[in-house]
Amino acid sequence: MAMQAKEIEKLIKETFPKAKVTITDLAGDGNHYAAEVTDESFRGKNRVQQQRAVYASLKGKMDGSNGELHALALTTKIPN
Amino acid sequence: MENTQQEINETVKSNNVVLFMKGTKAAPQCGFSNKVSGILNYMGVDFKDINVLGDESIREGIKIYSDWPTVPQLYVNGEFVGGCDIITEMTLSGELDTLLEDQKIPYDKEAADKIRATNS
Repeated sequence: MAMQAKEIEKLIKETFPKAKVTITDLAGDGNHYAAEVTDESFRGKNRVQQQRAVYASLKGKMDGSNGELHALALTTKIPN
Repeated sequence: MENTQQEINETVKSNNVVLFMKGTKAAPQCGFSNKVSGILNYMGVDFKDINVLGDESIREGIKIYSDWPTVPQLYVNGEFVGGCDIITEMTLSGELDTLLEDQKIPYDKEAADKIRATNS
């Protein structure tokens, strides 16, 4: 079950309303995306904590072998 | 399920470096697992590979144990380091070298430098 880039962005924005979110469809199959999320709330957190927060915002879309998203390459950044 | 969590905990605590991956280090079965195991192999890091495809309870259990939804997952001295994106970033930035040095894990510094030289 594929997912649209804008759905991913919407989910992330619900948790991080002020974040800058860039989604790239890596394979053009609606299943392998790269997301870059830049948000102030990441300050003071390590990468694992930052990325856990982003995964959590996706509310289980990546869970299990029936997950809608097989792969989301994540990059988290703190605004300059 | 509790047993699985205990089993994972024991694996993670009793090995210095553990990679939960799809496939084995000799025969990875997913591009992301291939990338991380490839980095560790190339850097000469001795690690235990756990093939999550071989055990459905581990495959689901490791996600709960780490609170992390994807595989591969790297543990060093009982601590979760990250998945494919984090390990790749850390390799290129040199943070992985620092972590391995801090944790007294032997690795080939020259090989790590070669990865950076090739990917910069």
